[in-house]
Amino acid sequence: MKLKTWFIFLAISSIGVLLALANSPKIFEYRLLENQQSEIYKSDDAYNKMMDVLTHQRCMNCHPNDNIPKQGNDRHPHYFGMARGEDNKGFQATNCNTCHNSENNKYSGVPGAPHWSLAPASMGWEGLSRAQIAERLLDKSTNGNRSHVELIKHMTEDDLVLWAWQPGVDAEGVQRTIPPVSKEDFKKAVEIWFANGAVIPTK
Amino acid sequence: MEISLIVNGVLKTVHIEDENTPLLWVIRDILDLKGTKFGCGKSACGACTLHVDDEAVRSCSYPVKFADGKRITTIEGLGDRENPHPVQQAWVEEIVPQCGYCQPGFMMATAALLKKVPKPTDEDIDKNIINVCRCGTYYRMRKAIHKAAEIQTEKDSNESNMV
Repeated sequence: MKLKTWFIFLAISSIGVLLALANSPKIFEYRLLENQQSEIYKSDDAYNKMMDVLTHQRCMNCHPNDNIPKQGNDRHPHYFGMARGEDNKGFQATNCNTCHNSENNKYSGVPGAPHWSLAPASMGWEGLSRAQIAERLLDKSTNGNRSHVELIKHMTEDDLVLWAWQPGVDAEGVQRTIPPVSKEDFKKAVEIWFANGAVIPTK
Repeated sequence: MEISLIVNGVLKTVHIEDENTPLLWVIRDILDLKGTKFGCGKSACGACTLHVDDEAVRSCSYPVKFADGKRITTIEGLGDRENPHPVQQAWVEEIVPQCGYCQPGFMMATAALLKKVPKPTDEDIDKNIINVCRCGTYYRMRKAIHKAAEIQTEKDSNESNMV
C-alpha cells in the first residue's frame, strides 16, 4: 500500500515536471507585453517620422556639408555661387537678405522666413545616415549647446524650421514640395522621440 | 496702405493697394525713377539692385511694405554729373557699359560692397558682385571696381586731411 502510494506520487510528479519543461519559456520565443511593445514601436516610429522630415529637401537643403546651400528637389547648388560666408548668411554685401525676406515672395518665387540662413556648419547633415544625423542633433558640441528641451522647442516652434510646411511657390509659380509627414505629426514625433529617451534605433 | 520712404534723401509717401508690390515698381512707376531696371523679376540677375538702409537688395523681390520708414538709395541718388560717386566715376573712366541695361544694378551692388569692404580683392568681388551682364562686361567691371576703391580711398584721405 505504501509502495503503491509512492508510485502514484512519483508518476504524477514526473508528469508535472515533463509538462513544466515542455511549457517553459524559451529566450528565442520571448515577446514583449503588449503595452511595452507599443511603446517601443511608437518611439521607433516617431524616430522614423522625424527623420523623414529632417532628410527631406526642405530641411536638408540648408544643412549642407560643403558650405554651399542647395536649391530645389534635385538639391542643386545654390545659383550664383552663394555660400555660407562667415556668419552662415552669405557674404559682406551680398548675403541671404539681399534676396530672401522674412516671408515667401509670391511674385518672385523667392522663399523667405524669419532669420533665413544656413544651419551652422556643425549641423551639416548632407550625406549622413539617419543615425549620424541624430547623433549630431543630440551632441551639444555640434547642436549649438542645446538641451533636449531646447531642441524640442527649436524643432517644433522655430519659424524657419516650420517654414518647411509653408515653402511657397518657386520662380515658375509652382508649389514647392513639403515633407512627407504633416507638421502636427512631426511635432508629435519629436516630442515622443525625446520623451522616450531620444534613442537612436540602430545603436 | 500708406508707405513712407526716404528716397535719395527726400521723404516720399505713396498709397498702394497691394503692400506686397515689389519696391521696384513703386520706384519706377509711382516715383518715376527709371534708373533701376527690371531684369528677371525673380531676384536672379540683379538689374534691380538698390539700397535699403545702405544694404543692397533686389527690389524686384522686395515687398514695398518692408521698406516703410526706411532710406532708399537708387542709382539717381548715388551721385550726379557734377559730383559722381567713386563707382560712377570709375565706371566712366573704364568705359564699362556696353548696352548699359544692367549697369545701374552692378554699380549699386559695388557701392554697397565698398562700404563693407573698402579695398576688395578679386575674391571679394567674385563673392559679392554676382549680378548678370549679358554683354559680358565683367572684365572691365572688375577693373572699375578696383579703380572705384582707389578713388574712394583717395577721396576719404583728402576729406580727412581737410578736417
